[in-house]
Amino acid sequence: MSEQKHKGKLKIFLGYAAGVGKTYQMLTEAQHLRQQGCDVVIGYFEPHGRKETIAQTEGLETVPRLVRGHRGATFEDMDTAGILARHPQVAAVDEFAHTNVPGSDRPKRWQDVMVLLDAGIDVLTSLNVQHIESLNDQVWHVTGIRVRETVPDWVVQEADEVVMVDVTPRALLHRLERGVVYSPEKARKAIENFFTESNLTALRELALRQTAHQIEEKRDELPTPVPVRGNAPREERILLWLVPHPSSAMLIRRGRRVSDYLGSPCRAVYLENDEAAVTPWLHFCRNLRIAVSGIPCADPARNIADYARAMGTTQIFVTRNTPELAKLVRLVNDMQVTIVAERVRADSHKPNGT
Amino acid sequence: MAQKEFSRPDPDELLRQIQAQERDEALGRLKIFLGYAPRVGKSVRMFDEGARRLKRGQDVVVGAVQARGRHDLDEFLQTMEVLPPLLVGATETIDVEAVLRRAPQVCLIDELARENPLGSRHRYRWQDVEELCAAGIHVIGAINLQHVCEEQDAVERITGRRASTCVPATFIRSADELVIVDVPAEEVVRPDERNYLTASHLSQLRELALLLAAQVVEEQLQRYMEKHGIRHSWGTQERILVCITPRSSVRAMIESAARATARFHGQMLAVYVQQEDLSREEEEHLRAHMEYSKQMGAEVHILHDAEAIGAILRFAREERITQLFIGHTQRKSWKFWLPNPVERLIAAAEGMDVRLFPQARGA
Repeated sequence: MSEQKHKGKLKIFLGYAAGVGKTYQMLTEAQHLRQQGCDVVIGYFEPHGRKETIAQTEGLETVPRLVRGHRGATFEDMDTAGILARHPQVAAVDEFAHTNVPGSDRPKRWQDVMVLLDAGIDVLTSLNVQHIESLNDQVWHVTGIRVRETVPDWVVQEADEVVMVDVTPRALLHRLERGVVYSPEKARKAIENFFTESNLTALRELALRQTAHQIEEKRDELPTPVPVRGNAPREERILLWLVPHPSSAMLIRRGRRVSDYLGSPCRAVYLENDEAAVTPWLHFCRNLRIAVSGIPCADPARNIADYARAMGTTQIFVTRNTPELAKLVRLVNDMQVTIVAERVRADSHKPNGT
Repeated sequence: MAQKEFSRPDPDELLRQIQAQERDEALGRLKIFLGYAPRVGKSVRMFDEGARRLKRGQDVVVGAVQARGRHDLDEFLQTMEVLPPLLVGATETIDVEAVLRRAPQVCLIDELARENPLGSRHRYRWQDVEELCAAGIHVIGAINLQHVCEEQDAVERITGRRASTCVPATFIRSADELVIVDVPAEEVVRPDERNYLTASHLSQLRELALLLAAQVVEEQLQRYMEKHGIRHSWGTQERILVCITPRSSVRAMIESAARATARFHGQMLAVYVQQEDLSREEEEHLRAHMEYSKQMGAEVHILHDAEAIGAILRFAREERITQLFIGHTQRKSWKFWLPNPVERLIAAAEGMDVRLFPQARGA
């Protein structure tokens, strides 16, 4: 086939919680494509026992899951090789942020999806906004939930289409109460914990803004110039100073997000003395496509300031725990310094008192 | 540091809330499906919801439908009770009297922006809807972005066209539920039809609609938080605060903040803490900066407090600021180990990003 050469297209159905209807819409689209004569398969589908969603799979071919043993238990995952061998035009792949069983070819499902796209297969997938890496701290702050399975922002940005699957929190809570989403016992627990009206409302707002941002980004890539609000931005360059402190993770996420929104390049630096201690953050940077360099360290604040200047930096991002912060601030009278918030959450003050 | 905390509402506030709640319960709920352009499928979504409610045993009727040439709705309309429209002259309108007499649980009303014919009970269809809700009937309606009055300028800038009728945004905001009907622009462009909307137009309209919905949702969140006595210091919208002084470099900071606000689709605020003993020149600079902030879309506040840093921080927390922009004097003093006011601010402002702008000494 001639498509063999080009990359497949990625379409993400973005939601803000389980039960908003992402999978349902993804399957509706798959059905629609099939009726138009497209060769569509289900690459992976998680039924969650939802009748209406299961009904939407009728007539669609499913590539069987791969069964894998891990520590005496068996797990089922998407059979990426099987889909490649079958080579449909379009594959519907549920739960983009899913983590594969240890020992799989690739740790994350989104990486499997990349392989399908590279082979020229179009992919429809589902994702909740809280799984986007750079929103992790914000989501934690708003909901008290630390989401473990995340997808790097660049992966989402590479999608050809992001569609918001919208329902109101009230309608979603009704679905829960009617037992459409979970079994009654699980639904009651969900309403008590994650599915509070304020959590859902905040996540919904995040999803709306994320989708709007995504559309704006896509439009900026269009060949014809379109009017963009505001003045032409001054070229900003952001540099993150990584330090051996857990708050470096927040620094990286926030730096990535701000630089994406401002449309400015972002890189990171650390002092060679800290190398061993900052190793986890180096991986994290690479995952988020932030270039990292280590520099020799004789006089920390001064070395960082000099390096920043040499790189043409306009804004240095630091954590509140950066040593010699005050000194750095005094040394850079030609750049801005952003001290990233510590978005801690006082769980004892959660509204439901848990 | 607590980010969310309970505050006990005062008794008057509590009474107001109870009264508001009682009022709310007697009213019909309004749910609106918002589309960003014709043919995104908002009416289909609305009727789909009607059909599902009917199946769940609710008493649903169709109050107004734009069915001409819409064969996709035929099947649906056959299963539904459609109330006959009232004919005024040659124009059809909702028979409000008849709907009130029929008193259904739920009434579906398409094309909320319709202008009623002369001699009707209300001038606009959305006013009919208000009357039905006031009578305790739940209304599900549908509307397109170009029919929201406050969005019409922006829509016209994008498409070069302006719809003749519109609904005030306050009506949209008063809805209990607002749902955005989102589909990619490519699916709405049909090259075979004479369509004046290009993919780029549609993408801009789509963004506007999503941001309008986000704004409405943000307000709902704030109302919910207030009602439940939850103080919420970190929302999902970026709120940027610029600290104004008479210094000349403040102008660049204001511009930077305005740019960031535009990119994040956030809110911009500016604050000035009243100082004594300003020279005439400083007074003038200050006035110019405040004026400039307003021009750039900031909400400007003046605080009166002897302790500037504490006042700014309290204000920032109250206003749920996420990014604080402040100038920083370069002090090349041998006493560099002593914290200056800005460093004290950094230490205390853990819930927000602090962006320091260098300022020349004495400038």
